[in-house]
Amino acid sequence: MSTATHTTSADHGHSPFLQHHFRDMDQQFNTAKIGMWLFLVTEILMFGGLFIGYGIMHASHPQAFLAAHHHLDRTMGAINTIVLLFSSFTMVMAIWAAQTSRKGLVILFLVITLLCAATFMGVKYSEYSHKFHEGLLPGKYYTHEGDTVPGQFLFFSFYFMMTGLHGIHVLLGMVVISWLIFRAVRGDFGPDYYGPLDVTGLYWHLVDLIWIYLFPLMYLIS
Amino acid sequence: MADTLTTHGNGHAAHHGDYLDDPKGLASWLTTVDHKRIGLMYMWSVFFFFLVGGIFALLVRIELLTPKQTIMTAEMYNRVFTLHGAIMVFLVIIPAIPAALGNFALPLLLGAKDVAFPKLNLASLYVYWTGALMAVTTLALGGVDTGWTFYTPYSSTTGGGVTLMVLAAFVLGFSSIFTGVNFIATIHKLRAPGMGWFEMPLFCWGMYSTALIQILATPVLAITLLLLCMERVLSIGIFDPQLGGDPVLFQHFFWFYSHPAVYIMILPAFAVISEVIPTFSKKTIFGYKAIAFSSVAIALLGFLVWAHHMFTAGMSLFAGAIFSFITFFIAIPSAIKVFNWIATMWRGSISLEAPMLHAISFLLIFTIGGLTGLFLAALSTDVHLHDTYFVVSHFHYVMAGSNLIAFLAGIHYWWPKMFGRMYNKRLAAIGAALVFLGFNATFLPQFVLGSRGMPRRYYNYLPEFQSLHVASTIGSWILASGLFLIGAYLLASLRQPKSMVANPWGGRTLEWETDSPPTTHNFEGQPVLQHGPYDYRANPAPVGVEEHIH
Repeated sequence: MSTATHTTSADHGHSPFLQHHFRDMDQQFNTAKIGMWLFLVTEILMFGGLFIGYGIMHASHPQAFLAAHHHLDRTMGAINTIVLLFSSFTMVMAIWAAQTSRKGLVILFLVITLLCAATFMGVKYSEYSHKFHEGLLPGKYYTHEGDTVPGQFLFFSFYFMMTGLHGIHVLLGMVVISWLIFRAVRGDFGPDYYGPLDVTGLYWHLVDLIWIYLFPLMYLIS
Repeated sequence: MADTLTTHGNGHAAHHGDYLDDPKGLASWLTTVDHKRIGLMYMWSVFFFFLVGGIFALLVRIELLTPKQTIMTAEMYNRVFTLHGAIMVFLVIIPAIPAALGNFALPLLLGAKDVAFPKLNLASLYVYWTGALMAVTTLALGGVDTGWTFYTPYSSTTGGGVTLMVLAAFVLGFSSIFTGVNFIATIHKLRAPGMGWFEMPLFCWGMYSTALIQILATPVLAITLLLLCMERVLSIGIFDPQLGGDPVLFQHFFWFYSHPAVYIMILPAFAVISEVIPTFSKKTIFGYKAIAFSSVAIALLGFLVWAHHMFTAGMSLFAGAIFSFITFFIAIPSAIKVFNWIATMWRGSISLEAPMLHAISFLLIFTIGGLTGLFLAALSTDVHLHDTYFVVSHFHYVMAGSNLIAFLAGIHYWWPKMFGRMYNKRLAAIGAALVFLGFNATFLPQFVLGSRGMPRRYYNYLPEFQSLHVASTIGSWILASGLFLIGAYLLASLRQPKSMVANPWGGRTLEWETDSPPTTHNFEGQPVLQHGPYDYRANPAPVGVEEHIH
């Protein structure tokens, strides 16, 4: 991403957001981005452990996983995929609006992103409560009647671990986006300072990306 | 920019307070974002838990003085050695050098005012304290008897505080990740003007490689421990063979982290030694790039060898042979370092100050630890030595011996910089000798024990092993007395007035250019690098300081 629009070290008109240990805004912005990328690497590896565990258990119990996945609602999953993809788009638009000094649009796009996240969690809530009702629960709490293939609970162990951990990430994202909205209303962001929007955007894209892998893995087994 | 180049350093900062006293008060320490203060708080925490873990170690050794019960029951013994291992690994060895010394020294060595994310740095300290508190609380819940590796299926069924201990390790992992992220970003972005990657002191390369492992491996441990918690709370079945799971999968996950974590423990030691040896040999380090790249090579190779912990866990012979083969490669970069350090000392004008004494005992101890690793890397000999005292001794040589002795070297090296005071050098020499003798007296007999078939973790043993166990226990007391002596004279030194010159050792890296102790913002202005970190040929007017024009 281009950083040409930033203030450079040449002008010493110190932004109020420049922390004391950085030489200029460019250095601060690039450091924050490196930090976020490194954090995202750790996130990918953490989910990677779950993906590998899922892959191994799927390979050793293919029939059980195939049978269990029919309990998931593809439509709900598809809706959530679209909602998250769209929210990634509005997140990018919020950054663009900040870069081009459109304060109102920054707030609008952030609010849309937040609403999308809330929609996602709403759909998840209805999916979860449906599963709870039917006894499709992880591990020893699995009480669903009428299974034809033994071991289906293993699928739900992973379903709840993976979508649960992902859901926690969506919730954390919502907290951060709310804080960004507060700061946008206060007028913090503009072409010289949009680092927090940018790094939150990176995080939000990863949350989106992980869901894009979870959806076919869980909902679309064949 | 004003061109005022001053070689400042020997004087005291008259108008700026040093970081220890400015501002004063406990609250100012607990809310500080100064990397030096955070480093010191880590250091005191590590000292404290080293004492706790060390007391557990002494208890284990006393119990093993006789073949039958000596001072505790078998159940108690299992808990004591588990806590010794868990505390030493998660609360002492992993944070000791990166979190304590790294936090203090890294920004100074880079000529930076702070780490990249000071608030995250403080957060990582609080996360560490939270994890430590959780780990200690398990004592009240009846302790943990799984060993520090938490192997399933035992760990998913046994009682006591296992869930809390596992969560504690999970939380401590976050602290480690935060530090790793911070260090990588700091090294990438906050080096002083003029400092290229190959003008960085080697300590920074060591911290960089360590941080790489911390961020690449720790998340896998995090998810593994979370799955273990779920296994205990919900019986999710992933590690339980009765429910269709696979207990060996836990070992794969665990060692995929914990083998690289072995290098989280040893790479920082290399980092310290690479600073100490040139300073006290007054010579440019031999093979700078070889040392730098070998750290990164070790970090990356560390990810390809995890299953060498599992040669006897039912893997295929083919997989075992492959992992054995790759494991041997680790010896190459490690040996490169040792040869380079020795070549650095060759014809240097060596002064045997306390840090150098520890560095030399590190060289001997690490070499023994490294060479005995080859016996364990070889598939055929490992089958014989697996889970014996040979393994116990080997990993104490590379983890406890090498890491903690390098930690002592670093403490003694930077102590005058940290506090502006010097310790009693004669006592320091005695302390270093006691630690070296005590350590070898404790663990050399264990190689013999292991090769004769004494299994690790056992509470009782055959009478013919007793003489070696007695020797080992006596060694542990010598080691403990050396460590207590070191603690005593270090604490005593803090009662003196601050009177240290900026550069007591004649070092050439940037931290010696600022006062001892440094001011809150490390340097008066932005230091600009004008010579390499080990450039002992250049005349000693080393660094210009750019006037800060705020």
